[in-house]
Amino acid sequence: METKNIMIVGVGGQGTLVASKLLGHLLLSQGYDVKVSEVHGMSQRGGSVVTYVRYGDKVYSPVIDKGEADYIVSFEILEAARWLPYLKEGGTIVTNTQQIDPMPVITGAAQYPEGLAEKIKAAGVKIDAFDCLKLAEEAGTAKAVNIVLLGRLSHYFDLDDEAWMASLEANVPAKFLEMNKKAFLLGKNA
Amino acid sequence: MKKLMLGNEAFARGLYEAGCRFASSYPGTPSTEITEALAKYDEVYAEWAPNEKVAVESALGASFAGARAFAAMKHVGLNVAADPLYTASYTGVNGGLVIAVADDPGMHSSQNEQDSRHHAIASKVPMLEPSDSQECKDFAMLAYELSEEYDTPVLVRTATRVAHSQSAVEQLPRSEKALKPYTKQPGKYVMVPANARGKHIVVEERTKKLIAYAETAAVNKVEDNGSDIGVITCGASYCYAKDALGDKVNYLKLGMTNPLPDKLFLDFAAKCKTVYIIEELDGVLEAHARALGIDCKGKEIFGCIGELNQVIIAEKLLGKVPEVTPYPEALPIRPPVMCAGCPHRGVFYTLAKHKITVSGDIGCYTLGAAKPLESIDWTVCMGSSVSCLHGFNKVLGKESQNKTVAVIGDSTFMHSGLNSLVNVAYNASNSTVIILDNSITGMTGHQQNPTTGYNIKGDPAGKIDLEALCRAMSFEHVRVVDPYDLKQCDEVLKEELAYEGPSVIISRRPCALLKYVKHKAPLKVNTDKCVGCKSCMRIGCPAVSIKNGKACVDTTLCVGCGVCSQMCKFDAFESTKKEA
Ligand SMILES: Cc1ncc(C[n+]2csc(CCOP(=O)(O)OP(=O)(O)O)c2C)c(N)n1
Repeated sequence: METKNIMIVGVGGQGTLVASKLLGHLLLSQGYDVKVSEVHGMSQRGGSVVTYVRYGDKVYSPVIDKGEADYIVSFEILEAARWLPYLKEGGTIVTNTQQIDPMPVITGAAQYPEGLAEKIKAAGVKIDAFDCLKLAEEAGTAKAVNIVLLGRLSHYFDLDDEAWMASLEANVPAKFLEMNKKAFLLGKNA
Repeated sequence: MKKLMLGNEAFARGLYEAGCRFASSYPGTPSTEITEALAKYDEVYAEWAPNEKVAVESALGASFAGARAFAAMKHVGLNVAADPLYTASYTGVNGGLVIAVADDPGMHSSQNEQDSRHHAIASKVPMLEPSDSQECKDFAMLAYELSEEYDTPVLVRTATRVAHSQSAVEQLPRSEKALKPYTKQPGKYVMVPANARGKHIVVEERTKKLIAYAETAAVNKVEDNGSDIGVITCGASYCYAKDALGDKVNYLKLGMTNPLPDKLFLDFAAKCKTVYIIEELDGVLEAHARALGIDCKGKEIFGCIGELNQVIIAEKLLGKVPEVTPYPEALPIRPPVMCAGCPHRGVFYTLAKHKITVSGDIGCYTLGAAKPLESIDWTVCMGSSVSCLHGFNKVLGKESQNKTVAVIGDSTFMHSGLNSLVNVAYNASNSTVIILDNSITGMTGHQQNPTTGYNIKGDPAGKIDLEALCRAMSFEHVRVVDPYDLKQCDEVLKEELAYEGPSVIISRRPCALLKYVKHKAPLKVNTDKCVGCKSCMRIGCPAVSIKNGKACVDTTLCVGCGVCSQMCKFDAFESTKKEA
């Protein structure tokens, strides 16, 4: 099988690392060779962040470059647009519609762009955009945006819920498990 | 069963399995998690040292005592530890000594892009270079074998994409290593000229033996795919090359990048019509190949700046241009920012307001250079803020000394700012030094340090009293301010700048992201009172923005620090907590 590429993008502090860890765990449990590449340090302070998840029979490189991603899972809509060039032709974007103002917008030096999802769609790209924050809050915590997104992403994978739930159990603290399961299902059925 | 592990976690696992007993490190992205993971194994003593030189010297002492010992750092940390490294090369070891050094091609989190292989060559210490997590584990273990067999410290070089990538790793049980008895051997350990002269000869002999080892070492692998194109590579570059070129070319993958084998290079090249050298940063493998007379192409194609990846290699060698869907408009950038409630903010606002020249240093507070505060004038390396300010003020004297400060974090101050402050005291420059004490090493992800009172495991530990320390260095003016109190910051800054003599201001408030910190309720804006003057925007808080002409607080980010409300002349910020 040819290596598949998933990018997880967002704003530092949004919990992208947990999502990539969970995906990595899931894919390894399905017998794939997996590599996950994270960014720590400076950019985590509210900057634009990206993690790469690659899986297949044998994966060498841990990173994904322009034109390579089968999926971009985005925690914030401006970030989905920013990383668009990384999407492979025919790839899919699964994104939260939440807006988080970057500093140039906060200081008034720039405007938050309008109609991001529509313009991505107009570029001929498959985009699955919905309000994850609302669903996460419905599940009990704004922090579960990452799990809501994974629930949505599960649509695109030929895996039963049990495998996803097992990875949830292995990667979130027991006391938050029920909340996260709820978040997963809300995302899945969104 | 195989487990997904970060390169750094796998590295720690390898040290653990190899019987490592002692680790002393200083944090630095992307090396930090090795020592954090190691500290979780009860069989290993692990600590944060105040800096890399102390870490390597402590590990060397542990090696003399007969233990398998370890130290980790980022690339620039090895500059700080270069002094002990270059002479530890002469003394050799008793218990094995492994030093991890993590490079950062692309500078995701660094102030320069240096290639650590030069240190291995210059110190004549062998260097191993893993390219994935399993190799991180295996090479950490091999490094101990080599260290003890060849009587030398061994460097293991990683890079961001190896250290911070997860891949599958096989875990095995630890094999306990008995302490090797220490015996007094002045000829080996006392590096005075008479002994060191003899040891230099030993080091050169050792290098010859290591080259012989490198010729046949299992970590220096040839993959003969029957092609007439050969690729010589190492580290993460091997992974990129395999992805881009697959089994269509032959590979010489070097797991040991110092010293390099001659015959292996020559034999490999002899079978190929074309040889490409694919390596990140400097042309170290290439220089070796060229010195052997091998006709090859490397840096002329790939350059020595930034990271490589499979797309770059495929484009340069196969002419494959990626198909890309651009977003049709320019997008606003999203640079890293000081967090909402960051205690550094109040100080930088005060400095910016008075247009102070700020000698900067390395840490979260380097973000004081970003818009809108743009307060920092220069940033070089850890500890340099204080010494650079000293030099600046000595030259400009009255012209600058009442308009300049140095800013330095608590961890950075303990790292090497302390020595610089000694110089301010001793050679008496009229300098004002601000220690930004947020009670943690923030930038690298919350490590304890000598000022926090806790050790790497979170247990109570020795605690350096910064005020007493500065007074002991003869500073008569040592002031403590709360950076959430803008008025106090303003007054104390003005007083200390006006004071004719060296002074220290300690800005004290724990990092807002620390778990134990209790926050106030988020603020909200009373839109009847807000006139939309945007004064509150001058502090650059990510939680405060202007919506429909009025200030607006993002309550999911706000921690109620109240700095914005001190900017407001109209009392428009209110607590979201209902009055009792
Ligand atoms: C010689 C060296 N070692 C390590 C680092 C990595 N590093 C960058 S900032 C920093 C610590 C900053 O901590 P502190 O001074 O307490 O400031 P804070 O980030 O908490 O504001 C470290 C260890 C470095 N840049 N240079």
